[in-house]
Amino acid sequence: MTLLPTHTEKTLGLVIDLDTCVGCHACVTACKGWNTENYGAPLADVDAYGAEPVGSFLNRIHSYEVQPETGGPAQLFHFPKSCLHCADAPCVTVCPTGASYKRVEDGIVLVNESDCIGCGLCAWACPYGARELDPSEKVMKKCTLCVDRIYNENLPEEDRQPACVRTCPAGARHFGDLSDPESDVSKLVAERGGFDLMPEQGTAPVNKYLPPRPKDEVPEFDILAPYLEPVAEEPQGFLGWLDKTLERIG
Amino acid sequence: MPQPKLDTSPKVSDEIRKTTCYMCACRCGINVHLKEGKVAYIEGNKDHPVNRGVLCAKGSAGIMQHLSPARLRAPMKRVGPRGSGEFEEISWEEALETAASILKPIRDTDPTKLAFFTGRDQSQSFTSFWAQGFGTPNYAAHGGFCSVNMAAAGIYTMGGAFWEFGQPDWDRTKLFMLFGVAEDHDSNPIKMGLGKLKKRGARVIGVNPIRTGYNAVADDWVGITPGTDGLFILSLVHCLMKAGKIDLDYLARLTDAPCLVNADEASDEFGLILRNEAGKALVIDRRTGKPAAFDGAGVEPDLSASWRHAGFTHRPVLHHMAERYLTAEYAPETVAERVGIDAKRIRAIAADIARVAFDEAIELDREWTDFRGVTHKKMVGRPVAFHAMRGISAHSNGFQTCRALHLLQIILGSVEVPGGFRFKPPYPKPATAHPKPHGNAQPGKPLDGPHLGFVHGPDDLLINEDNTAKRIDKAFSWDNPMSAHGMMHMVISNAHAGDPYKIDTLMMYMANMAWNSSMNTSGVMQMLTDTDENGDYVIPNIIYSDAYSSEMVAFADLILPDTTYLERHDCISLLDRPICEAEAAADAIRWPVVEPDRDVRGFQSVLCELGGMLGLPGFTNEDGSQKYADYADYIQNHERKPGIGPLAGWRGEGDEHGRGAPNPNQIEKYKENGSFWISHIPEDAEFYKPWNMAYQDWAVKTGIFDAPTPYIFTLWCEPLRKFQLAAEGKHRRSPPEHLKKRYAETMEPLPVWYPPFSDADERFNVHALTQRPMAMYHSWGSQNAWLRQIHGRNPLYVPTKLWDANGFAEGDWARVTSPHGEITVPVMHMAALNENTIWTWNAIGKRKGAWALDEDSPEVTKGFLLNHIIHELLPSKGDGLRWSNSDPITGQAAWFDLRVKIEKVAAPKESMPSHPAQKSPVPKAPETVKQKVGS
Amino acid sequence: MHPAPSIIMFSALSGLGFGLLTMLGLGFPEVSGWVAFIFFAIGFALAGGGLISATFHLGHPERALKSFTQWRSSWLSREAWAAAGAMAVMGIYAALIIFTGTRVAILGWIGAALSLLTVFTTSMIYTQLKTVPRWNHWSPPVLFMSYAIVGGLLMAGQVSVAVPFLVALGVLQVFAWVDQDRKEAASDTTLATATGLGHIGTVKAFESPHTGGNYLTHEMAFRIARKHAQTLKIISVILAVVIPVALLLLPFHHLLALLAVVSHFAGVAAQRWLFFAEAKHVVSLYYGR
Ligand SMILES: Nc1nc2c(c(=O)[nH]1)N[C@H]1C(S)=C(S)[C@@H](COP(=O)(O)OP(=O)(O)OC[C@H]3O[C@@H](n4cnc5c(=O)[nH]c(N)nc54)[C@H](O)[C@@H]3O)O[C@H]1N2
Ligand SMILES: Nc1nc2c(c(=O)[nH]1)N[C@H]1C(S)=C(S)[C@@H](COP(=O)(O)OP(=O)(O)OC[C@H]3O[C@@H](n4cnc5c(=O)[nH]c(N)nc54)[C@H](O)[C@@H]3O)O[C@H]1N2
Ligand code: SF4
Ligand code: SF4
Ligand code: SF4
Ligand code: SF4
Ligand code: SF4
Ligand SMILES: [Mo]
Repeated sequence: MTLLPTHTEKTLGLVIDLDTCVGCHACVTACKGWNTENYGAPLADVDAYGAEPVGSFLNRIHSYEVQPETGGPAQLFHFPKSCLHCADAPCVTVCPTGASYKRVEDGIVLVNESDCIGCGLCAWACPYGARELDPSEKVMKKCTLCVDRIYNENLPEEDRQPACVRTCPAGARHFGDLSDPESDVSKLVAERGGFDLMPEQGTAPVNKYLPPRPKDEVPEFDILAPYLEPVAEEPQGFLGWLDKTLERIG
Repeated sequence: MPQPKLDTSPKVSDEIRKTTCYMCACRCGINVHLKEGKVAYIEGNKDHPVNRGVLCAKGSAGIMQHLSPARLRAPMKRVGPRGSGEFEEISWEEALETAASILKPIRDTDPTKLAFFTGRDQSQSFTSFWAQGFGTPNYAAHGGFCSVNMAAAGIYTMGGAFWEFGQPDWDRTKLFMLFGVAEDHDSNPIKMGLGKLKKRGARVIGVNPIRTGYNAVADDWVGITPGTDGLFILSLVHCLMKAGKIDLDYLARLTDAPCLVNADEASDEFGLILRNEAGKALVIDRRTGKPAAFDGAGVEPDLSASWRHAGFTHRPVLHHMAERYLTAEYAPETVAERVGIDAKRIRAIAADIARVAFDEAIELDREWTDFRGVTHKKMVGRPVAFHAMRGISAHSNGFQTCRALHLLQIILGSVEVPGGFRFKPPYPKPATAHPKPHGNAQPGKPLDGPHLGFVHGPDDLLINEDNTAKRIDKAFSWDNPMSAHGMMHMVISNAHAGDPYKIDTLMMYMANMAWNSSMNTSGVMQMLTDTDENGDYVIPNIIYSDAYSSEMVAFADLILPDTTYLERHDCISLLDRPICEAEAAADAIRWPVVEPDRDVRGFQSVLCELGGMLGLPGFTNEDGSQKYADYADYIQNHERKPGIGPLAGWRGEGDEHGRGAPNPNQIEKYKENGSFWISHIPEDAEFYKPWNMAYQDWAVKTGIFDAPTPYIFTLWCEPLRKFQLAAEGKHRRSPPEHLKKRYAETMEPLPVWYPPFSDADERFNVHALTQRPMAMYHSWGSQNAWLRQIHGRNPLYVPTKLWDANGFAEGDWARVTSPHGEITVPVMHMAALNENTIWTWNAIGKRKGAWALDEDSPEVTKGFLLNHIIHELLPSKGDGLRWSNSDPITGQAAWFDLRVKIEKVAAPKESMPSHPAQKSPVPKAPETVKQKVGS
Repeated sequence: MHPAPSIIMFSALSGLGFGLLTMLGLGFPEVSGWVAFIFFAIGFALAGGGLISATFHLGHPERALKSFTQWRSSWLSREAWAAAGAMAVMGIYAALIIFTGTRVAILGWIGAALSLLTVFTTSMIYTQLKTVPRWNHWSPPVLFMSYAIVGGLLMAGQVSVAVPFLVALGVLQVFAWVDQDRKEAASDTTLATATGLGHIGTVKAFESPHTGGNYLTHEMAFRIARKHAQTLKIISVILAVVIPVALLLLPFHHLLALLAVVSHFAGVAAQRWLFFAEAKHVVSLYYGR
């Protein structure tokens, strides 16, 4: 299945709000918990209590500092990153075994672990660092978009969403069909100017990021000045004002 | 090749058991999925009022906590020297006999010789009940080193605080200002709240020297100089008062702003509130122009009129406020440099607050009746909300700074109104409705009353006639008179010094006092192991209950191993620190969703047993037998007062809530309901709670009060003034000479700002802070295989200016020196940081041998604690006295006063100071973790 | 990129091996009998050894056969086919020569073409990766094949042809390095496009997601210091080109020729090490490296 489908019936993916993510890592461990117990081999950790613990995670939170060109204080952003389920997924086409594939029904990019030889080429081909070879099982691990949750009839309907979305306390992660312009996620992307990571890589990622709103723009004092128009400069004056005002109210 | 066939509907688990998370004090509801009887997966409970289904990183990694290799396995007695970590496992019979044989003689002869202190457990109403029965005055939980400034300032000012006592009206607030919060106890609700604000596009202003987490998503970041928030806030107050942008109606009706204060310096009651015979504060009633009790029916308090009484002029609190805050001392221009915020910006923020509070006011069509019997057609909201935590409270000026913030919210009229800050039951509750502290011990007798409480003047102090403290931590003494939560951080050093007296046994529960929760960690480890001239330990016995192989375990003589949170009963009670919401009362339980696979017992159950063995009242039946089989038995059957027990839900036959007889099926009922109980506050009682009779009646019905307890906010903190009067010699007792000046400067009845005490030494001019990492809980997180990969070490973050000045490069190390000591640690550059502040994540550094980690783990080799260079005492000032590094009023540990200097040094082998390994009392951890229960 | 020894050995050895097989297929030199056996054995040993070494890099070598399935899109799969094809054809060709003494020229040509094709497919595995700007370049196929041809000539003892080829290879290699530097510098993938935050100002990576390492940081965030790379480049040209040319220009002696081959191989190994160590994967931007 290393040829990409020419068309997918749906385009499921995540929309991640950089204006809202507080960098709490909840989605990281919720993802690890679900995907350890479910799809494929558990996400292992080697040297788990030692000097150099290394585990596979399908979702990690980076952070970046930006120094605005206009001066102003540096800004800090928490930046969640998991597989973007690219439409033109290079990780799929490079795979020699067909283990990597993109689903026709919803566009989810998956690894069929029993076919994976652990060559690592797909991880090389992914510009986003969205694939990690499991340190113990030695098969390629990546975000499954919780394919075993989103259709799972053993879960209540409201829970049929990815583990990371369900757990995100700040509500910075959204899940839906990005090919449907009427879906909540599509609307969010349209309203907030959702963008692609590394568009120049030509991967056509499905996941979108919502940009942070402009920061440190306290309304200019001039506009607000009337709100602080002094009624009194000193205590005595204040008491005079108080009397007058109370009379008016009373 | 066709697409592989996928099972998209795999079975999720065999069974879901609902209980309450405990990787922190937020207490979210969790669904624990079991497969083959084992914990397979943990997710949030969508019906739970606290978290609505979300979980944080720790909660989601709970399974790794539950399976931690650091779990203690059986009771242990120390066989090597203290601190070595050499133990022998013993039976529970032996452990309990040993404990009883130590405790019994203490109780029979001198109960003060036991100091029983607990950490961040959530059963303080239970542990204190036990300690009270035992009779020792030396009981407290961790509040004194945590956030007592926040709690006490809130309760003394408005009958509740931020913390767990209240929350912003997330659904209606339009401008939210956050002071000094990295994570908070209300972890998930704050994140959910911020998410709501973001969704609505409401504005968030973060005031914090460090721009991470919540402050990173804030629309505006105010990178304030640590320790100066009080000044900044009072400057906002200055601007707002000067512009008349204050809610006069609110101030007049609902606060003490109109209350009459003796304004004559010549009077012995100068600064005290004028009261009638019944002790009620007096105001001038605008209807009559005469004084009237503030709460008289229909009284219309006058904010302006003064009154002469007994030859002394009495002026309303608001007059005093005008006098204090309108002076140039608080003008933005005056404070700008000190607080590190542009004067223009201070004004702009004040103006924006005024605009939102008054121009964007909201009104709810809800009729309500106040305590004077006046009915109001609408509920008026000022949609500006504030929240703050340890960033402002963990300073030596924290109590007054927290009060300043409450003053700000109150003059805006934004407390307990739509869009503002709202209390969660059992708050609002005025300071006067809380008990006073008790500390009179008698051999073989219970204590004369509850340990902790609120003092209202020198008469309430726990001191002997010679002014010495009754308590080992010196709480409620002249040193820190209003230390409402005790002063756990002083216990070990006082016990070691034998000041105010020596003790025999230190019993601790769930507090890593030999490491991250102590100031002066290296010193504390020494005190715990120090011996006297006979070679005996200076602190003779240490009994400790922990669930894991923490640093503290190595310093105890007897270990009572606790269960983990999935293996025990717990109760998150209205008597204690419940899980209420602004719109509901709620409490919760934990229950053993799996049985322990080790020889461990829930500590509360152990206390039930010990209570029986020692014959403590409350824990024994009339025939002397043990009263409660275990904690679950206590939870269901204990009654504090007739009809009031630890849990409010399903009492009586299961149909009574709040009040009712004990119900033997209560815990089952909780389990059926997802382990929590919730009772919603009626709509007309949801706001204006302190004054709203509908709320007061509901609170009585729910068992929160015995009678309606309406009150007004107290901007004028009279107890403080009483202590000042004592210092001025106008009271029967007076504080020791050396404290008098400090009383005058710090115990002002109106909020003031004074520089943090550590600011005195110019050589140490860099602020050093810690923050809680969202994905770690204090020291416990490191035993979690998933979480420790996120925070396996903690660099010292250095702002650009200091980074360049020291010529730092990636990978460099620095020596950080305080007046007390030095540490050598790795550095990292951070731009979004106050230019004179360095910081690190809290409690990542670990001691070798602890937590079942390899000895070359990054937590050990690169991680570090700032605590080594924070002393529990201030540097000596040459007056022969060592002042405690605490808030002078409440005794809150001043963690964030730390001042240092920093210099580049060659990288050592590992971060310094390094301590020798303690022997691990648990087997070596596995190499690889491949957790999966199902196939 | 992390210079994994197994991959470096694979690419260097198999390049040399398929180079030799190419020469043998083309009939340089025309060998027979036990001489042919030795030549072919060396060729197969190098090419096969390289392939085996490559499997050390696999998480599941036992499933290696599955890699034959995706030839329609995957260069790695094509490499498997090409290698198998080359080995098979050359095997028959060699067997005929060794055991029957007949040299079926057409088989040799096909085998030679498949051998070179194998090298080409190997190079395309790298060249196709947009994620590594240094590789996503004309040079890997040209260089890999050139090295294979030159190595083949050396192994095959084609001294007179080898010398000018070696010189040309040296020039080509230097030019490729310069042009790769240019390509990498001109890459339009930056931390600004990686994060989409560039419109606000200058983006800088703050903290890694985890304090510990992970597969990606081990595998891809490796990068050799520029200074060391320069030195290593000089050494690799001296070993791969200068010394062999000097040795070959001396009066011919088997020992000298052997030394030339050894030196060349060491140079190729150094070049391949650099090929990885110098390559910057765009994911390293996310990790601030
Ligand atoms: N530098 C610096 N130091 C600080 C602070 C700071 O901001 N900066 N903050 C201070 C504050 S506010 C606090 S509250 C303290 C916190 O300090 P501590 O309360 O000491 O924090 P923990 O590390 O959580 O230690 C609690 C102990 O409880 C044990 N434990 C965990 N679960 C259980 C259980 O189920 N049963 C039992 N019996 N034991 C259990 C853990 O193993 C651990 O040994 O740290 C203080 N120290
Ligand atoms: N994940 C997680 N959650 C926790 C805990 C934990 O260990 N981990 N611990 C729990 C406990 S015991 C507590 S007490 C709470 C504490 O929760 P927080 O109050 O959030 O405590 P800290 O993380 O110490 O954060 C203090 C914040 O104040 C800032 N600060 C310091 N000095 C100043 C100042 O002078 N002015 C201003 N404006 N800001 C300042 C610091 O930069 C930091 O951001 O968290 C609780 N929740
Ligand atoms: S993000 Fe990476 S792994 Fe995911 S589809 Fe795109 S290229 Fe493939
Ligand atoms: S590692 Fe597995 S999934 Fe990735 S390319 Fe190789 S075989 Fe395909
Ligand atoms: S969608 Fe599922 S697999 Fe993907 S990051 Fe979220 S939790 Fe992990
Ligand atoms: S859970 Fe949500 S807020 Fe937390 S790191 Fe993930 S995306 Fe960000
Ligand atoms: S905030 Fe996290 S750790 Fe704390 S109770 Fe909730 S889920 Fe558990
Ligand atoms: Mo705390």
